[in-house]
Amino acid sequence: MVVVPCILMTLLRYIYNGQPAVFERVGPMLLAIFPFTVMFVITSVAMLRERTSGTLELLLTKPLSKGELLAGYALAFGAAAIVQVAAAAALTLGPLGLDVHGSAVVLVVVAILDALLGTALGLLLSAFANSEFQAVQFLPAFVLPQLLVSGLFAPRDQMGTVLGWLSDALPLSYAVDGASRAATSPAWTGSLVVDLVVVGACVPLALGLGAVTLHRRTP
Amino acid sequence: MNSIEVDHLRVLRRGRTVLPDLSCAVAAGTVTGLVGPSGSGKTTLLRAIVGVQRGVSGRVTVLGVPAGSAVLRSKVGYVTQGSSVYEDLTVRENLIYFAALVGAASANVSKVLGTVSLVDRAESLVSRLSGGERARVSLAAALLGSPSLLVLDEPTVGLDPLLREELWSVFRRLAESGVTLLVSSHVMDEADRCQRLLLLREGALLADATPAELRQRTGTENLDGAFLRLIRDAVAA
Repeated sequence: MVVVPCILMTLLRYIYNGQPAVFERVGPMLLAIFPFTVMFVITSVAMLRERTSGTLELLLTKPLSKGELLAGYALAFGAAAIVQVAAAAALTLGPLGLDVHGSAVVLVVVAILDALLGTALGLLLSAFANSEFQAVQFLPAFVLPQLLVSGLFAPRDQMGTVLGWLSDALPLSYAVDGASRAATSPAWTGSLVVDLVVVGACVPLALGLGAVTLHRRTP
Repeated sequence: MNSIEVDHLRVLRRGRTVLPDLSCAVAAGTVTGLVGPSGSGKTTLLRAIVGVQRGVSGRVTVLGVPAGSAVLRSKVGYVTQGSSVYEDLTVRENLIYFAALVGAASANVSKVLGTVSLVDRAESLVSRLSGGERARVSLAAALLGSPSLLVLDEPTVGLDPLLREELWSVFRRLAESGVTLLVSSHVMDEADRCQRLLLLREGALLADATPAELRQRTGTENLDGAFLRLIRDAVAA
C-alpha cells in the first residue's frame, strides 16, 4: 500500500527520463491519482469483504452506531492514505527530482485530500457490489473514465462541451486540477481554492452516503 | 417471564413468504431448541428476533422491547450460521476487537477462550482453523458482552460429540445463571438437552413442547422418531 505508489512514481520518472518537462506536468497529477486509485481499490474490497463475510451484519448488531463504524474505517484508512502520500511525495519531490514551481506543501495537501477521496468513494461503492469480483470492476468502470476526462491526458478546456460538463461533474477532475495548479503556480488562485473545496466536500459527502448504504436490517 | 414473545410474525424474503404466521414464546433462563429441516425458516426466525431481518410484520418482543431496539444490542449475543469472524486476524485479535465493540474488559477474552476450549489456538489465524473451531470463535465473540439472551444459529455444526457435550454443558451453566438461550439445530439428539423445543417445518410450528411431552404425544422414545412422526402427520394432513 505504501510501496506501490512509490514504485509507480519511480517508474514514471524514468519513463520520462528524456523528457523532464513531461514528468513535471504529469508528476503532480499522478501523485494525486495513484494514491486515489490504490486507496479506492483497497477500501472498496475491504468493505465488501465485511459485507460478504457477514461480519458487517454482526457489527451492526453490536452497540455501535453506523457513524462510529464508518468513522472508524475512514480514520484507519485515512491514516494509511496519509502515510502513503507522504512517502510517495517525499520520494517524488526528493530523490526523483520533481520541480515544483508552486508550493510543495499545498501539493502534498491536495494529494492527501485526493487519497481520502479515494478512501471515501471506495467505502461508498462497496455497497454496489456483491462480490470482490464485481468490486474490482469498479476500477475500469468508475475510476478510469474519470481519469480520462480529468485533465491528465488532455487539457479539460479543450475537450468539447459535453465532455467538459462531464469532467466538471466528476470529483477526480478537481483532484487532478488541484494537484496541477498547486505544482505550477505559487499563488492561491480562486481555481485552486475551488478545487480544494470540491474535493474536501466530496469526502464527507461520500462518507455520508456510505452511511446510508449500511443497513441493520437486510432482506 | 418471557424473554422472547413472537406474535403473528410474518416474514417475506425476496418475494417468498418464509414464515406465514408464527407465534411462540421463550421463557427467561431456559434453553430452547429450534429444530427443523433445512429451509424451514429457522435462520429467518432467529434473524427476526435479533432484529436484522427486513420484510417483517407482526410483533416480536425481546426482553420487553421491540426486536432490533438499540438498547438490545448490548444485551443480545448473536452467533450467525456461517461464522462471521475475521479470517485475516488471529483468534485472540478477533476477540479483542469484539470485546472493544461491546465494551467488555479484555480480561474477558481469556475467559471466553477457556469457555470454548480454544486457549491453545488463540494465536492461530482464523483462516487456518477448522469449521468447528471457527464456530467456537464466533460463539466466544457472542459471549464477550455477557448477554442476557443468546441466539445461536447452529453453533455445534462440525463439532465432535465430546466438544458438543462440552458446549452444551456451557449452555446449561449459562441458563442456570439466568441467561436465556435459543439454539437452532438440525441434529436431533441435541434436542434432548433443551428444556423446550420448537419444531419448525416450512415456516410453521409443528410443535412447541418439552422433550417429554413430545415423546408422550407421538408415543416414541427417540426424539428423531418423534419429529419424523410429526412431520409425516403434517404431510398427511
